[in-house]
Amino acid sequence: MIYEIFRQERRGQPFEHAGSVVAPDIEFAEAWSREQYGRRGESVALWLVPRDAIHAVEGWADEFDLKYRRVDGYSIKARLKEARERASAPGAG
Amino acid sequence: MNEQVLLGLADDELVIGWRESEWTGIAPLLEEDVAFSSIAQNEIGHARAVYELLAEDADALAFDRSLDEYRCAPLVELRLLDWAHAIARRWLYETADEIRITSLMDALPLAAKINREEAYHRMHAEMWHERLRHEPRFVAAVEELWPYALGVLPTDQRDALSARVGLPVVDAIERGTHTDELPELWEEMTMVRRSAPAGTQW
Repeated sequence: MIYEIFRQERRGQPFEHAGSVVAPDIEFAEAWSREQYGRRGESVALWLVPRDAIHAVEGWADEFDLKYRRVDGYSIKARLKEARERASAPGAG
Repeated sequence: MNEQVLLGLADDELVIGWRESEWTGIAPLLEEDVAFSSIAQNEIGHARAVYELLAEDADALAFDRSLDEYRCAPLVELRLLDWAHAIARRWLYETADEIRITSLMDALPLAAKINREEAYHRMHAEMWHERLRHEPRFVAAVEELWPYALGVLPTDQRDALSARVGLPVVDAIERGTHTDELPELWEEMTMVRRSAPAGTQW
């Protein structure tokens, strides 16, 4: 069985995916992930999740180019450059 | 606190740490390789902490003694390159060590500190014991090592070990004697320090 291991670096911080261990049961998974992901004091807590329990989702249709929904939907680079030039031009302000 | 008891504890931890490090890179499973090696290093760390109680220079105490001055139990000296025996010793040693270390905790704060780390070692050993306890090879290894395991503890603590392991108290292979496997280990363990020029600073 493959367990995906998530670790928390400090209390209050989100758990982040750290890697996985292959183990015959949860006891072995615990013992081994303690060593792999915690023995250097790099974690205050771990989550062990059987890989089978993970329902993966990916792929979003974007057929209608609804880019205004995204933060990168508007290019402001050129406008920002113009604004900076105006601001630094003699007599600006 | 009896210094000989502490020296026996430290030597046990040093030598078992040394022996179990021999599994680094060759354990049957990659994850277990890391765990087993890490436990071995912890044991050497415990040895160092106890040596520091006994001497100014922990390294000198650990490595500059002659063979017959070592107080380790024969159990930890054995070179066991067979997983059934290696795990059987790990479990027997941790079970015996728990009885010993908890008996020292009232008088020695360091024992309580060591015990907190050993709790994890016991979890690891129990996990393996639980998995293998009906396997004939493991059962045979436990029986073979049982007289050695008894030798880790003084006589008044052996009934407790017997109850935990489920085998009767028999004649032990006693601390104070050494196996034929210690000299080679001593040669290897002390080689670097012995070969260093006098006055070497590490």
